[in-house]
Amino acid sequence: MKRKLFFALCIMTFGIFATACGSSNAKDTVYVYNWGEYLDPETLTMFEEETGIKVVYDEFETNEIMYPKIESGATAYDVVCPSDYMIAKMIDNNLLAEINWDNVPNAKANIGAQYFETSKEFDPENKYSVPYCFGTVGILYNKTMVSEPIDSWADLWDEQYKDNILMQDSVRDAFMVALKKNGYSMNSLNTSELEAAKNDLIEQKPLVQAYVIDQVRDKMIGNEAAIGVIYSGEAIYTQRENPDLEYVIPKEGTNVWIDSWVIPANCPNKENAEKFIDFMCRADIAMMNFEYITYSTPNDAARAMIEDEALRNSDIAFPDLSKYNALETFSYLGEEGDALYNDLWEEVKAN
Amino acid sequence: MLKNKKKWFAAPFLIWSVGFILIPLGMVFYYGLRDKSGAFTLENVLAIGTPERLKALWLSLLLSFIATIICLLLGYPLASILSKMSRNQHSMIVMIFILPMWMNFLLRTLAWQTLLEKTGVINNILTFLHLPALNIINTPYAIILGMVYNFLPFMVLPLYNSLTKIDPSVINAARDLGANGVQTFCKITLPLTVPGIISGITMVFVPALTTFVISSLLGGSKILLIGNIIEQQFTQASNWQLGSGLSIVLMIFIIINMIITSIFDKDGEGAVL
Repeated sequence: MKRKLFFALCIMTFGIFATACGSSNAKDTVYVYNWGEYLDPETLTMFEEETGIKVVYDEFETNEIMYPKIESGATAYDVVCPSDYMIAKMIDNNLLAEINWDNVPNAKANIGAQYFETSKEFDPENKYSVPYCFGTVGILYNKTMVSEPIDSWADLWDEQYKDNILMQDSVRDAFMVALKKNGYSMNSLNTSELEAAKNDLIEQKPLVQAYVIDQVRDKMIGNEAAIGVIYSGEAIYTQRENPDLEYVIPKEGTNVWIDSWVIPANCPNKENAEKFIDFMCRADIAMMNFEYITYSTPNDAARAMIEDEALRNSDIAFPDLSKYNALETFSYLGEEGDALYNDLWEEVKAN
Repeated sequence: MLKNKKKWFAAPFLIWSVGFILIPLGMVFYYGLRDKSGAFTLENVLAIGTPERLKALWLSLLLSFIATIICLLLGYPLASILSKMSRNQHSMIVMIFILPMWMNFLLRTLAWQTLLEKTGVINNILTFLHLPALNIINTPYAIILGMVYNFLPFMVLPLYNSLTKIDPSVINAARDLGANGVQTFCKITLPLTVPGIISGITMVFVPALTTFVISSLLGGSKILLIGNIIEQQFTQASNWQLGSGLSIVLMIFIIINMIITSIFDKDGEGAVL
């Protein structure tokens, strides 16, 4: 009896070993590194069923957390989804592989040409990135908790909302708010402009309830705060959960961002990466993802498939950007620029 | 022969400590004492000198000191009650006490966030009873609460250990010789439990000093502790050199704490393990 058990254990251990070795084979696997809650998990299952390629899926919370992992090469991913300025930084540091457009026919067919045009700001020759989501950053406010409609970044400095304001807990987003409020570029490297922005953020700190990233969504839905800085993609979701919420693009202008699929230079299997990106660009898959995450899709074919007319023409999901002035995209500031922003942000946070 | 064999049992632990304690520690010093080009420098360690970082360090020391004192004041009576109970009785209480520790540390801290929020559970109950609302979320008080809640068991266990080790006849002798309860406690019990107290203080103070999760979850990321500054260097600024340099500074405080412990606890009596 004991001997049988021993054999059973041996076989089991061996089996685990064998499968562990099997799954580390890169040929039939694609390693994806994406933002948290940034696609419909159902689409991954569909991809696995259709192609027979296994998806290993990891998530990150900010571009800054993602970057050192790719840079160090400790974990090799096939597909990553960074934002505009981070893509520029990755191109700058030779971390990305060129995409073979012949292998991703859906990208050029379905994604609007204007998004490739915008992408040129960070990927000048459209060689490295396929747009996945885009949007704006704005203010989400609770209609029942404010005295008059919010339309300006300056409202985040209004004393009457003390302890009712949620700010973004990331360097670039926080400084974007303060720089834009003062009418400066959010890519400013001008010391006096940045100093003014820093002082404004310090002045604002006593009014801020908390600095948050993803939690802004739950806190706004739960009526924890009156106003919060939020990504447009979260706005539709929060409105569904709490109809009192309203999203607005402030009149001083804001950040228009694009998150795109890219392939790291050290990817184990570029072919699978391209298959995955192509799959994500398919109209039906892009629509499934849009309906799940509610972040605006640059996939025109997918937008045309949305049945709900209100959603298809939603001002939040598909804003007419020509109506707003001073819209900008983040650019990579270089290592010194990044360090400058980080030091100033530390001063704000420690104050 | 037998002795030799026994040594081999220590091999997994040895591999563990080299792989997961010594090598990472070496890497902290490697990164912390070099600049980006790889030359030796003390710049990363001295970078603690900016007003913001000194303020964060001071705040960390202050908050973890307060949390440690509260843990001691709460933990000592509890450990002493536990040590006086019979086995059957106390195992139940120890169980209740340890139970929350089966849950993940992050979840427990997140639960406090939900409890303390403006529209959270506690405030809903208070409003229902027409009592004034409790507004401690996103303040240093909430951080202290989180520290005490999470680290209290680390104070109670060493205290309990050293209290149960006291021979009851020593206490009886003191009472026979005419000492009252207070005198017995001050002259007999307290001095005999010093190793436990010191060990408990270390086990609460060190994790409280280095925490960054409690301060960002319960402090709303508004209160920057030294742990948060180091975390930011690794995650946001991706400046491993500076992050490691600041960790070395923090290690100095921990080493001071351990030296004090070893002076008071020569025989390792208060040790939990």
